[in-house]
Amino acid sequence: MTEAHWELYSHPSDIGVRGVGPTREEAFAQAALALTSVITELGKVQAEEAVDIECKEDDEELLFLCWLSALLYEMDTRGMLFSRFEVEAVAGGIKARAWGEPVDVARHEPAVEVKAATYADLKVARGGDGVWLAQCIVDV
Amino acid sequence: MFAEKLQKRGEAQWTIEPFGKMRVPVTVFADEGLIREMDEQVYQQAANVAALPGIVTASYAMPDAHWGYGFPIGGVGAFDPDEGGIISAGGVGFDISCGVRALRTGLTLDHIKGNEKELADILARRIPAGVGSSGKLRVSSLEMDEMLQGGALWAVEQGYGHRSDLLRIEEYGRMLGAEPRYVSDHAKGRQEKEVGTLGSGNHYLEVQRVTAVYNDELARAFGVGLNDITIMIHCGSRGLGHQIATDYLARMIKVAKEQGIELADRDLACAPIKSDVGRQYYGAMCAGINCALANRQVLTHLTREAFAELFPRANLTLIYDVSHNTCKVEEHTIDGQRKKLYVHRKGATRAFGPGHPSLPQDLQASGQPVLIGGTMGTASFILAGTAEGMDLAFGSCCHGAGRAMSRSQATKRWHGKDIVMHLAQKGIIIKGASPRGIAEEAPGAYKDVTTVVDATEIAGLARKVARLEPLICVKG
Repeated sequence: MTEAHWELYSHPSDIGVRGVGPTREEAFAQAALALTSVITELGKVQAEEAVDIECKEDDEELLFLCWLSALLYEMDTRGMLFSRFEVEAVAGGIKARAWGEPVDVARHEPAVEVKAATYADLKVARGGDGVWLAQCIVDV
Repeated sequence: MFAEKLQKRGEAQWTIEPFGKMRVPVTVFADEGLIREMDEQVYQQAANVAALPGIVTASYAMPDAHWGYGFPIGGVGAFDPDEGGIISAGGVGFDISCGVRALRTGLTLDHIKGNEKELADILARRIPAGVGSSGKLRVSSLEMDEMLQGGALWAVEQGYGHRSDLLRIEEYGRMLGAEPRYVSDHAKGRQEKEVGTLGSGNHYLEVQRVTAVYNDELARAFGVGLNDITIMIHCGSRGLGHQIATDYLARMIKVAKEQGIELADRDLACAPIKSDVGRQYYGAMCAGINCALANRQVLTHLTREAFAELFPRANLTLIYDVSHNTCKVEEHTIDGQRKKLYVHRKGATRAFGPGHPSLPQDLQASGQPVLIGGTMGTASFILAGTAEGMDLAFGSCCHGAGRAMSRSQATKRWHGKDIVMHLAQKGIIIKGASPRGIAEEAPGAYKDVTTVVDATEIAGLARKVARLEPLICVKG
């Protein structure tokens, strides 16, 4: 069985984030790790403060966009980066907790800000092997 | 499949005649070299735009066109509200009213020689840039709505700059039609600390030198001469604009489905201009334009403060301020009839020709100054709109170099520190927070801006006035 993991993939002008896991929620959590790694090295971000996030959407792909958009909103308004995520399914959506810390430019050396998660290459699907995948291109 | 359908119409103009669901042709402005390198997906995306309801005349791709969300970047499309025309959040882009402002300084190269490093340090200290930066200005929710209504005029009223600045900004610094009530609290929340910040990615503030003048008369009209020191600020509407796009794309996908508008991809999401969501998006997007105009105005003020610290005799005045991610209501002549159209320019600059009523009196003879931002190691250009361009592509032209390579390819090929050193040898000082961010924006990751600008001139969309080369670049 494929272990939960995340990856970034190449795209003509921007960059793709992909999460893979045994459940939809784990794939979402992994994709969130990928999102942080677009900005900085994941290992540099301490999981100190927790933020709660809830998303409601019937469509799985729109739910995934809602999740990434909610994270971008929290990063932007709180000036934080996140490095640990727990996502659970609830009726009509997900409930999640993200742990991170305030941006420290000298230590994190953030490369770029993510403007938005997009519909480009957006996919949330369960493969034949039962493994979930969640991905999309993000605009930087 | 699209590239083989291209028909050459002129030295730098090509068309794809309508087929399949296309309602109008695609027109691509590019020379043979740019066409050879053009991503096939640009044609596909321009053809998708050509299939949207109410599109008029043609779907255009500029010489710097490359893949974008829904519409290509470097894409222009005009829609007629009386013919079921649509407005598209994907046709404007995530960074609403991203644009370029150019300033004269009243200084020449001799004045700043030997002080470049100090100037770079002062600018880097005073201009909030990059992830995690926040502006000094905190905007409360009441002030936020005033800013979204007032644009650069609001910023001037708050003490950031002069009234005379407004004469050199599109819409005189204030986009009418803004409706802050249609901008979500989320979007406003993202902006509270971001007014007067540069952002990141391809955004920058550059100190430049005029290294070539191509047209003396136009250069005089725009107040630039050889060896003048100029400044270019490239940024947009920050978190607020990104959130407006995110919010309305989601709503438009639902509306398009309800209205039976077929979308080749979801980022093309749109709504009829004459619909609630269409009207609300227009009001929110105009507010986003004002946000960007206010932002560039505050950054101009900070730049003036930085220069005053080192050069008391510097006098920073606007050459012009253009936005290259917008949808604007404009009058154009279609088959001999004047029509009000919703012109989407995404990664494309408005380039109105001489005599256009929206230009101030003293630019009536020259046409609109058009500002083309390059990459940190190359050059930027000032062009002027042409009368011919008004008929070619609704008075539009290119906006920059356009990416030629993905960010991950760029980071594999270059290291940020090497780039900084290489540029230092060429006399260019780079100030940026992160080596990876600099590598992603390596000059080699972009098309050759000179080729793009030459093709724009050959096509007749705009004419070259001056070339600007960087001395200092503060990267976002």
